[in-house]
Amino acid sequence: MEYEFWLAGIQGVAAHKKITLRECMKTAEAIYYIEETQLQHFEFLNENDRNKIMQAQKNSRFRTDYERMNEKGIRFVSFFSEEYPQNLKEITDPPYALYVKGSLPSGKAKKAAIIGARRCTPYGEKYAIDFARALAACGVEIISGMARGIDGMGHRGALLSGGKTYAVLGSGVDVCYPREHIGLYVDILEQGGGILSEQPPGTAPLAHNFPARNRIISGLSDVILVMEAGKKSGSLITVDLALEQGRDIYALPGPVNSALSDGCNRLIRQGAGILLSPEALLEEWGIEKSGVSEGSKKKIKNEKMLESGEKLVYSCLGLYPKNLDQLVSETKLNIKEVLEKLVSLELQGYVREISKNHYIISE
Amino acid sequence: MSFSTVLSAAIEGLKVEFVQVEADVSNGLPVFHMVGYLSSEVKEAGERVRTAIKNSGFEYPAKRTVINLSPATLRKRGASFDLPIAVSILASLGQIPMRNMGECLIIGELSLDGRVRKVPGILPVAMEALENGITCCIVPKENEAEGNLVSGMRVIGVENLQDAVAFLKVGKVCDLSDETRKKKKCYDFQSIKEENDRSLPDFSQIKGQENVKRAAEIAVSGGHNLLMIGPPGSGKSMTAKCIAGILPPLDLKESMDITKIYSVLGLLKEEAPLIQERPFREVHHTATRAALIGGGTVPRPGEISLAHGGVLFFDELPEFRKSVLEVLRQPLEDRSIRISRTYGNYVFPADFMLVAAMNPCPCGCYPDLEKCTCTPAQIQMYLNRISRPFLDRIDLCVEAPRIRYEELTEEKKSESSVEIRKRVYQARKIQKERYRGTGITTNAMLGADDIKKYCGLGPAENKLMERAFTMMELTVRAYHRIIKTARTIADMDGGEKIEEKHLREALGYRMVDKKYWRR
Repeated sequence: MEYEFWLAGIQGVAAHKKITLRECMKTAEAIYYIEETQLQHFEFLNENDRNKIMQAQKNSRFRTDYERMNEKGIRFVSFFSEEYPQNLKEITDPPYALYVKGSLPSGKAKKAAIIGARRCTPYGEKYAIDFARALAACGVEIISGMARGIDGMGHRGALLSGGKTYAVLGSGVDVCYPREHIGLYVDILEQGGGILSEQPPGTAPLAHNFPARNRIISGLSDVILVMEAGKKSGSLITVDLALEQGRDIYALPGPVNSALSDGCNRLIRQGAGILLSPEALLEEWGIEKSGVSEGSKKKIKNEKMLESGEKLVYSCLGLYPKNLDQLVSETKLNIKEVLEKLVSLELQGYVREISKNHYIISE
Repeated sequence: MSFSTVLSAAIEGLKVEFVQVEADVSNGLPVFHMVGYLSSEVKEAGERVRTAIKNSGFEYPAKRTVINLSPATLRKRGASFDLPIAVSILASLGQIPMRNMGECLIIGELSLDGRVRKVPGILPVAMEALENGITCCIVPKENEAEGNLVSGMRVIGVENLQDAVAFLKVGKVCDLSDETRKKKKCYDFQSIKEENDRSLPDFSQIKGQENVKRAAEIAVSGGHNLLMIGPPGSGKSMTAKCIAGILPPLDLKESMDITKIYSVLGLLKEEAPLIQERPFREVHHTATRAALIGGGTVPRPGEISLAHGGVLFFDELPEFRKSVLEVLRQPLEDRSIRISRTYGNYVFPADFMLVAAMNPCPCGCYPDLEKCTCTPAQIQMYLNRISRPFLDRIDLCVEAPRIRYEELTEEKKSESSVEIRKRVYQARKIQKERYRGTGITTNAMLGADDIKKYCGLGPAENKLMERAFTMMELTVRAYHRIIKTARTIADMDGGEKIEEKHLREALGYRMVDKKYWRR
């Protein structure tokens, strides 16, 4: 296994070349002891690749690195290992190995990737959480990239209903990026999910590793749910990869004037599935609903308890933030009244102030 | 007799220390000695004084002269001892009768031709002198009006050394024509006020922004700190400047306190020395810590003391160095600043109202994600430049939204500063009445005990605050500040009791919650 680890750790040699070489040589150990003249027989390796391998042979530190990795509780799963996820094997450019903290996605459960922009609106956030929560409650495993914005919310939603969720990182699995998601990182592991990466432990979050990890996110999943994506969002790269891999794409429709939903709306136009509700999705997949909360109905009942002024202000609010000025001109109340009503709604938990004097409804 | 003493004074920080200037002129080698723990600018006085005496037409025989400034433990600084030294030498020489100098304090700088130049700190010196039973002082002509602010003190303004000698000889300054005296006296309060008002921007010039105006009025009414957040060009700085126009008038004591500080720094106008308008100090973000709180080997008051009784305005708050903002934390609570040096502590008053303005993110458009080009990390970094404890000391926070075109072209004239100022004055009057005899003048000054006493909440109000405390994750300090703000809103309503609506409005203006600052 150390030799597999050694082979996986060689930088600058493409994963598919490593896989072919390993198939030819039968074991990774053989590659470690291979002569340069012998390497020259393999035509798919260019001079650069050969040099990289010869150089790597001189490195004997990999044994201690391997031990240290095991001590940290990081598992090493190579392409030739039994554990390697079956659906990931089928993609065009599977990673040679995965480093795993926690568990790997199971073979049986339905797996959905929830992806979207890092810069997202409360609208995208809410539905990322809602979908993830409802799907995870029915045993769907949620896969995402633990980035800021939609990714993080997807994981969070799955954790809320006690589901399993898997994060594929662009850094090493022992590097939490972004740092503020350390709580999420711990929670994912605690609830039996896993942190995965193609990069060896200790790799810094380098920008060029991130597009590459997107193919793993889509490769591991059966369906891709795009919650919010702008015109040039990175999520659209994932969608392209997923299409190549033959995965189903679903997108959450947004207002036509919202630049941050532009990508999603275009996907729907191009034929992606439309996300209307988690229930509809589960039905489509033939998964039985269990414990989907009836919260939305309760809310409407409570709303009737509000006094008329509060109701008026509440009715003007949505998931896209509105500021005090807009609310004043929409409700025709004066500033003092609107502010009082908002605070009152806030204290009852109906409204959230997301930035000074910018309000959205909250659930 | 060859020995004489003259009373003068020195300023240490804002405190006045009396100094006895002693001169002894006797036979011996013609040397000029000065002792008494002097700084170099005081030592140089010797040359100035001797030349000035000679050029004023007095005889200065070649004799041994010794000058002593006592107490010898006090470090003497500045040029304000020139005149007393010259007078004491002349007295020692017998050119001035000694008996006239007993109850007279003398202060002033000399030029080589004998003219007397203005010096800082006349007002506190005159006040302190009067308290110690001294009823007459000789000051530079340019400082006469300032000295005259102290009623009961006979202030003699002198233009040159001869004037001073003449006064001490015959009890009046000879060559002062009535005309010049009149010219100096006739500054008229009304004209100054109008002029000031005209130079300030007026709230009626600001279109829309009703919530900002409301918050500003509450802040001024109760002396609360205000933070405005908004995109560039939304009128934050303009609003801040308008605030200067709605500050309530000063009473005489406040006015004197402020004038004293400005006097020590030599910032008073000769023709109108009394400061009658509350100060409005705008600090640039390159300001150092010392410039802000005061500093120097002998600390001089800084911007926060210059804003005493008035407004200190920080534009572009996140651009300030963090360490500079953090030093404000203590004065914001204590309303004074204590500066410690090895040889003593200096306490300067710093009872100011903080007004600050900032953008919500580096580009200024957050939370409008369609326009905002900043990454979450950038926004985070920008906001992190201001610490939580600092924000915790801000009572009111309000968004200054981008102005819409309809508002811009609207014909409707909004309320003028004069009207708002009237209401502010009313609210302040209620507060003064309530806190009579306690040393408190505004709601913002209430301590935790005072809040219990003056801001009692009914059961419904208590329940509301309890809910807010947990729901909004308020700190204890924020909780108190919200109640104080509600007290002010109630005062503006003319209400005796703080009601739920007052608390709700105060909560609406509270500092943005933690989540926003963590995002």
